[in-house]
Amino acid sequence: MRIHFKRSYDEDIRLFEDWRRMAKYAVLLAVMIALPALVSAYFLGEVTLVLIYCIAGMGLMILAGHTGQISLGHAAFMAIGAFSNLWFMEQGMSFLLALPLSAVFTGLVGAIIALPILRLSGIYLAIATLALSIIIEDIAIIAEPFTGGVGGVFAPPVDVLGTSVDRYGSPNLFYWMCLSVVVIVLLGYANLLRSATGRSFLAVRDSEVSARALGVNVTRTKALAFGLSCAVTGIAGALYAHFVQVVNYESFLVLLSINLVLLVVIGGLGSIHGAFFGAVVVGLMPQFIAIARDFLQGSVGIDISAYPGLDTTVFAVIIIAMVIYEPLGIYGFYMKIKTQWQLFPLARRDMFRRSKSYLKTERMR
Amino acid sequence: MDALQLLIGGVANGCIYGLVALGFVLIYKASEAVNFAQGDMLMLGAFLGIAFINGDRADLPFLLGLIAASLCLGALAYALDRFVLRAIFGQPQFAMVILTIALGFILRFAAGTFWGYDPVSLETPFAGEILRLGSLTLAVADLIIILATGALTFTLWLFFGRTRLGVAMQASSQNQMAAYYMGIPVKRVNSIVWGLSGVVSAIAGVLFAAKGAVEPSVGLLFGIKAFAAAVIGGFGSLPGALLGGLLIGVIEQVAARYAPSGYSQIAPYALMLLVLILRPGGLFAQIAQKKV
Repeated sequence: MRIHFKRSYDEDIRLFEDWRRMAKYAVLLAVMIALPALVSAYFLGEVTLVLIYCIAGMGLMILAGHTGQISLGHAAFMAIGAFSNLWFMEQGMSFLLALPLSAVFTGLVGAIIALPILRLSGIYLAIATLALSIIIEDIAIIAEPFTGGVGGVFAPPVDVLGTSVDRYGSPNLFYWMCLSVVVIVLLGYANLLRSATGRSFLAVRDSEVSARALGVNVTRTKALAFGLSCAVTGIAGALYAHFVQVVNYESFLVLLSINLVLLVVIGGLGSIHGAFFGAVVVGLMPQFIAIARDFLQGSVGIDISAYPGLDTTVFAVIIIAMVIYEPLGIYGFYMKIKTQWQLFPLARRDMFRRSKSYLKTERMR
Repeated sequence: MDALQLLIGGVANGCIYGLVALGFVLIYKASEAVNFAQGDMLMLGAFLGIAFINGDRADLPFLLGLIAASLCLGALAYALDRFVLRAIFGQPQFAMVILTIALGFILRFAAGTFWGYDPVSLETPFAGEILRLGSLTLAVADLIIILATGALTFTLWLFFGRTRLGVAMQASSQNQMAAYYMGIPVKRVNSIVWGLSGVVSAIAGVLFAAKGAVEPSVGLLFGIKAFAAAVIGGFGSLPGALLGGLLIGVIEQVAARYAPSGYSQIAPYALMLLVLILRPGGLFAQIAQKKV
């Protein structure tokens, strides 16, 4: 059992609790940097996709996990990020300039869309964003000058400081580029949560009324969270566009939005770790299912490809089990095991029992 | 004349949207849960109707098949609430949203496995029949949909106003805790509301199948349009949900006729966003400022 004594106020908000933790993350980062030398090119591509999911997941986590607002339409913002990034690059901007610019643009669009809706209860945001994610398909076709209409846009070659970075030509460089974006976003996110702005996000999530009483401008905070979340998701969309090399109106369907929500829920709402755990599960799930299918067909002779849609159903069942039994997701599960381990002989059985709660209505009259 | 014709077609479509929105507002009012599987319940209702009514299946008479389908779906919805959703009673809204989305996936898969992914349509006694009034040509199916919606709405109105159970539902929707103190079995009432919503969606589903072909993925888009209807109506208001549905149905028809092709699909959502911006609470606002 390890006890950590805090000796100064600074230790409350330090990014790494102690050197052990810092060492753990340093090892993880080192492994991630060395990964191209360790795995095959195919697997590296999958990991790159997982990293992109991580960025999108962090984007949604800011909103869903830390501000308590539900968005079922984040794929739409991935689309806006992707198309705007490609458009900026078409205008002759370098990738390094176009990426942050498309993030800012996506964030602004998100904040403008969300402002009227955010004044209402959270569920309105969910429905409005879901509708947005449905109509983005039509909008992408209508806005032909920017999105290439039905045909879509090909991603131009990416040039970073004189080196050409291409998913197929130089997969290692592309992987490292995604990894560095993940690290930058992650550091920004972790630092945001230590700041007054981040605290006000948490306050709004836990109780809007109390947050307002403490002088937090709730609508402004929500709009800021939504804008930030969209900006980060926009970055993910831009990277995704360069990952798949061609994007059109079908690249960002409503299913992707729902996948993103499931990602943050499976990973664990309200923790940055959750976004990463969820991204690993969501990103690698199709692979697992393909392996399981081959295995079942080879050993037992059950052909599950005869049931189309089985993979999403397996997914759905996992989610139902998760919501009912482990609402804090994989991260919550991990924390429980870790706490039990740290307290080893002293853990009690009911330590994690949830308290009974009643519905708190939003329709008080 | 042309406009009137368009209007009646739109109203008939809108009635189905309205019924789905109604089923969805029922659940929202009772338990503040937003059921994202409502569109899939409509789809399931349509398939159940086909399974009971079509000649190559159970071959029941139309009305009997309708009743059987709605009883089946009502029982299923009751069971869903009893065995799945009650486990997260009192948890935040988000949990319920995720859970119902996942349930929608499962329902879609179940329907696809049982009934296949090809579009099928319902055989009705009034299929293809046309009524002529002057220069107006009306599909009998449209008229039956409008009449059935009217009758169902009236029945629901009587049920909520006049019966013990209906009043209990109103009470538990207004304040669960207080209703519980008054001796209302809130959890069971919730399940019954789910069952009722299942019945309403089954009727909507059968009416929908009477108009056109259904396939398992029809529910998602339909459900979202029904949300739009509920939001326009004011989310939690029963007449509002119906009115919102009618508006969506009419707007859709008019836009399909007069707007350029890409824009007509956007019209219902644009209407919803417009209502949200101009009148955030919807046409019949139900949500007031939260008090401590």
